[in-house]
Amino acid sequence: MTSTRNLQWKTYALLAPIVFFAATGNVLLGKGMKQVGDVPELSPAAFGTLFLSAFGSGWIWLGIGSLLLFLVMFMVVLSWADYSFVMPVSAASYALVPLMSRWLLDERVSATRWAGVSLICLGVALVTRTPASGGERS
Amino acid sequence: MRTALCLASAVLGASGGELSVSHAMKQLGELHHFSPRSLINFLGRALRVKWFWAGIALLAVGFFSLLALLSWADVSFVIPATAMSYVTGALGARFLLGERLTPLRWAGIALVSAGVVLVSLS
Repeated sequence: MTSTRNLQWKTYALLAPIVFFAATGNVLLGKGMKQVGDVPELSPAAFGTLFLSAFGSGWIWLGIGSLLLFLVMFMVVLSWADYSFVMPVSAASYALVPLMSRWLLDERVSATRWAGVSLICLGVALVTRTPASGGERS
Repeated sequence: MRTALCLASAVLGASGGELSVSHAMKQLGELHHFSPRSLINFLGRALRVKWFWAGIALLAVGFFSLLALLSWADVSFVIPATAMSYVTGALGARFLLGERLTPLRWAGIALVSAGVVLVSLS
């Protein structure tokens, strides 16, 4: 049996890289897809071409690698922690993404978006005041 | 219209996939040792759980919808908007996984969702 405190510590140790790799992965995908270009129409053929050219982009592969690392750590943490705990806490990555897209992709981030990001952070702070694992009860 | 469709499929794919993966991992039980060997063993066991593959399939649907969406919309709009999946995820955790959500946790998830709506409005 792992003590509650140790469990909480283990959970945070994994959640930090989870947040980082989720945010990095999404920013890299965004960068890659912007280089690939817009989808002109909503047809299967257009999507096929889009995905083929997407897999030729180095940024896309870096993004996928980053998201794979995220997935493995996500699986490990879910082997003991509640999904309803991990899910909102990993939302901290949503606060990182506007920062990264502002600085790395030069996108403009409006005041409303920044307010939304603050609310998300506040929500995450509330969730982390609950124990990481209550266990499935079904 | 294409944005709404892709967003819906990205959101439902992501939260459905994560719920399935979560269910699969709970069947495996807590990982205690973090050596490369026990980690590989753990991942190997995960590959034999049906719910894991259901989750991966749903995550793939969500992922490709997201990829398409990112080709025409701003990252700082798309990523927060897909956080709609926090609402569907919380409901799934409560009613599909049977997790007990305390009022504090519901409040936190509600704040996260409110933040998402704000971000998507702009």
